[in-house]
Amino acid sequence: MGYNCIVLVKQVPDTKRITGQAMNEDGTVNRAALPAIFNPEDLNALEMALEIKEKYGGKVTVITMGLPTAAEVLRQSLYRGADGVILLTDRRCAASDTLATSYILSCAVAKLNPDIVLCGRQAIDGDTAQVGPQTAEKLGFPQITYVEQLLSLTGKTLTAKRNLGNGWQEVKTSLPALLTVIDTANEPRVPSARRLMKYKGAKCRLEVEAAAKTDPSIDVESTCKGLEKRGLLIRQWDLDTVGADFGLVRARWVAD
Amino acid sequence: MIDVNKQGEVWVFAEHHEGTLEETSIELLSKGRQLADQLKVPLAAALAGNGVEELCVRLGQYGADKVYLAEHPLLKRYQASSYAKAMCGLIVKHKPQIVLYGATPVGRDLAPRIASAMKAGLTADCTDLQIGRHEIKSTGQTFENLLLQIRPAFGGNIIATIINYDRWPQMATVREGVMPMPEPVGTRKAKVIREATDLTPSDLLVEILSEHRQQKKVNLKSSRIIVAGGAGVGSRENFKLVWDLANCLGGAAGATRAAVDLGFIDRDHQVGQTGTTVRPSLYIAIGLSGAIQHQAGMAASQKIIAINNDPDAPIFNIAHYKIVGDLNEVAPKMIKAIREKA
Repeated sequence: MGYNCIVLVKQVPDTKRITGQAMNEDGTVNRAALPAIFNPEDLNALEMALEIKEKYGGKVTVITMGLPTAAEVLRQSLYRGADGVILLTDRRCAASDTLATSYILSCAVAKLNPDIVLCGRQAIDGDTAQVGPQTAEKLGFPQITYVEQLLSLTGKTLTAKRNLGNGWQEVKTSLPALLTVIDTANEPRVPSARRLMKYKGAKCRLEVEAAAKTDPSIDVESTCKGLEKRGLLIRQWDLDTVGADFGLVRARWVAD
Repeated sequence: MIDVNKQGEVWVFAEHHEGTLEETSIELLSKGRQLADQLKVPLAAALAGNGVEELCVRLGQYGADKVYLAEHPLLKRYQASSYAKAMCGLIVKHKPQIVLYGATPVGRDLAPRIASAMKAGLTADCTDLQIGRHEIKSTGQTFENLLLQIRPAFGGNIIATIINYDRWPQMATVREGVMPMPEPVGTRKAKVIREATDLTPSDLLVEILSEHRQQKKVNLKSSRIIVAGGAGVGSRENFKLVWDLANCLGGAAGATRAAVDLGFIDRDHQVGQTGTTVRPSLYIAIGLSGAIQHQAGMAASQKIIAINNDPDAPIFNIAHYKIVGDLNEVAPKMIKAIREKA
């Protein structure tokens, strides 16, 4: 039968490499001056999903929400074995807090009718660990946070071991369910050379449009058609595609 | 979401395991007490579980004016879905303005689920909380008596202050070990308010098969900033300066063996030969002479700032920045300067 797995990933600034130049004078962070990377624990979540697919069959779809440049983490996912990828991008999503983000993601996930949703425990830019549980709540799914090991998967029943730092717990739940995965769960695979050659040209429409701005010889329509034919056009969704209500996603917080 | 309610109480989620209150919840009661007094509203603990009524006595001794007690057989063991439902029921009914949770594995699992269901804001892993005002510069709108939620962000590279002025309750999880433990007052009693919770087995979305818990320890090793106090701090009460400075920097509180032996702070915080060895980015030594046994545990810190009234204190031999002066004058000035900048 196999399992329909969705992995939620995020492109983040590499906070371990922050230098003086990355700080603005007013004490805020200049994101543009930082290298953007695949959030580390999201790679553990992707690895767990790929292992489920290899053992039980099914498919792995990776979703990220962000700017068109976030398509890079989707290519990275394709190199590692994802079957499908979706870029959730919309100007109206800018400055979303965790509540808005989880709402938009839950709308996207619901469209795909998953068995298992996986994400990293937390992202290294905000370290909040909120989007996983909040997405689960909005979907009405059980949440299993801090997953270190998938113990068994039989029919619609999943058991997993949670590592809580100050102890551990083994829990059982019915699918569909959402898991947040920690860094000790596995050793994420490196990109496969064969898949890298195959997918390195994958692009989303907004990337093609951006390229066409600097190179007038690029025709957006025919380029996108060509990419689609070769299975290299990255699916691009916006708030309307996923049926999210814009009124609910306005950022509500002020941080300074 | 509940309406903005300036008369709302300050709440602390009372986490417990096997009949014992989690230390972080007790720490939060001391901070909660401060916030509630500033806002002139009661401090309440929200206690969910089964057969946990006796914990109300301790919650009262540690500073809660009231305990909202939600007991149900299905709340016997913690899990996110059932506890979130019980807590949301209490929040909707009593409309607290602030709800605090420990940033423990339970708090970080539960609080986002509640925030999502309530469509309320939530700040993760705060190291300091204050009451203050905020002005939206573009509109000139001002808000008084908001909860300022202060936390390290971007991997600890900046300190952010986060507010939530219109989606209440204002909620935050607070890091373990960053707030001092209050002293229990034996005669203090909390008023217990029992609340019925309507749960069915379908509210339990997971089944706990087995569980193992280890003794909790303060995590000094992973702290980038440590503020440590010695015997010179003088009293458990005065150790608040060490805590406050650590909190406003997003760091952890440490201590010498002498300070621990005098009962100023718990042994988990001890740095040195017989305590924890640390190598943070910044180590601020307050009122400690720097005995060789203490230096053994912290000399590898990248930057050391020492504050001592004795210019010949050995700690000055390894400090990068030396402040000769009374810690009771210097530390409050540092705290004030940092808080104003944040």
